[in-house]
Amino acid sequence: MLLVAVIIVYPILYTVWMSLQEWFASSLAAPQFVGLANYHKIALADARFREAVGRTVYFTVVAVGAETLLGLAMALLFNREFWGRGLLRTLAILPMVATPTAIALVFVMMYHPSLGVANYLLSVVGLSPWRWTYSSQTALYALALVDVWQWTPLIMLIALAGLASLPREPYEAAHIDGASTLRAFWHITLPLLRPALVVAVLFRAIDALKTFDIIFVMTQGGPANASETINILLFNQAFSYFNMGYASSMAVALFAVVMGASLILIKVRRATTW
Amino acid sequence: MVKDGRHAWLSTAGFYGLAGLFMLPTVFVFYWMITLSLKPQVEATAYPPSFVRFSVTAAGYREVFTKYPFFLYTWNSLVVAAGSTALGLAVGLPAAYSIARWRQQRLAVIILVARIIPGIAYLIPWYIFFRRLRMVDTYGALILTHLIVSLPIIIWVMISFFEDVPAEMEDAALIDGCSYWSAFWRIALPLVKPGVVATAILSFVFSWNNFLFSVILAGRSTRTLPIAVYTMISYEEINWGTLAAAATLITLPVLLVALVAQRHIVSGLTFGAVKQ
Repeated sequence: MLLVAVIIVYPILYTVWMSLQEWFASSLAAPQFVGLANYHKIALADARFREAVGRTVYFTVVAVGAETLLGLAMALLFNREFWGRGLLRTLAILPMVATPTAIALVFVMMYHPSLGVANYLLSVVGLSPWRWTYSSQTALYALALVDVWQWTPLIMLIALAGLASLPREPYEAAHIDGASTLRAFWHITLPLLRPALVVAVLFRAIDALKTFDIIFVMTQGGPANASETINILLFNQAFSYFNMGYASSMAVALFAVVMGASLILIKVRRATTW
Repeated sequence: MVKDGRHAWLSTAGFYGLAGLFMLPTVFVFYWMITLSLKPQVEATAYPPSFVRFSVTAAGYREVFTKYPFFLYTWNSLVVAAGSTALGLAVGLPAAYSIARWRQQRLAVIILVARIIPGIAYLIPWYIFFRRLRMVDTYGALILTHLIVSLPIIIWVMISFFEDVPAEMEDAALIDGCSYWSAFWRIALPLVKPGVVATAILSFVFSWNNFLFSVILAGRSTRTLPIAVYTMISYEEINWGTLAAAATLITLPVLLVALVAQRHIVSGLTFGAVKQ
């Protein structure tokens, strides 16, 4: 048990300690204690970090928002007995376990501006081509789309499980009172489903804030930093510039962002269980 | 009656139409990956692309294995994933058991926090640590670091399995003079065997897929598959067929393995929020 705690807790304490130092792992100079200077810098002086925070949050809101709407819609559609239910679940699981690096690679080829199948499909339905990850205006959305492709099924599966556990009585009562299906959905299904949905959003938000693989593989934060999230920025600080102290303070800040988002969502969940 | 029947038929058709529309992107990306991997270079980059009619070649796969040490990468991935899963089970099963039996909430919270903390916050201390020990580019470093992926999943999923084992059975064994350890080993563990298999598969998959830790801590001789593919992208002139073949080779084993454990995958992915 102690071992588990050591494996999990010790590195974190070390990171926090490191974030109070100035140290370049590439130089021979020893770490120097600088107190909260690194935090002062990321909070006030580093515009690039601030932009990265905004981008990380924006990416998460866009991706998880789309996943929630789509996943909920799919769960409502599939919440019935039908031939092929098992196949549906199997298909839903595949994107979630697929190796992100491999998926990113496939999307890189699909997103190619002149040869990619994505633009071909757009042209088939009469839309003008996009530049996907190759333009600073669309890169973040193109990356969010990969996340949506991979993780919408998770929200769908959690919502489906939530729907399956709903009681029947309120619907019968609503039916007798002459409520429309839409009203029943809005006033019965949605409130009852909210705890399950919040859990789903919580898990997705935690992971979306930490997204690394697909961004690093597909754009490396580019073009022109347009998709540089906290994770990417801090990875480069740590392992391109070996600015360990500064990177550690960013890691702690990223943890704070993720933790903050989780706490907010947990609070929302508490507020809705009556 | 006839009208009703037709209506039902139409709504069924509408349902399957919608269902197909929703699931199409999921299927298409995999379909595209596999067909690209089988296309000769000219057709892989042809525009407009061909969806069903194309000539099939194994050139992409041949190139993956002849131009790159792909067998080595696959072996590395196997060693690291199997190693971290085995170690994760060895540490995680007793931990999950004791959390379930003696309600060690504090340990449970630590596990939860480990799930929330960004992996990169671990990578920095590990990098410094393993560099000092000259363990960068060793299996040991990779296996130890991948524990941070596998341990939380193993422990968290196994807690609920152990909780389902009636405590009376172990109590009876303890009264008969069994030690705690053998009560765990001989009674609880055999009862949760299906769970162990499922979590082992899950943890294997996540270790196999891991990119962040390996990209820093793996070197020339221990490079795992995701890193190998990443380095392939940087050669601009590479064949799309070859890239797609590499992508297929990495992800297909995981997909197949996941299908076996699909009942427990959702529970693992949601950290036990959904039990199926």
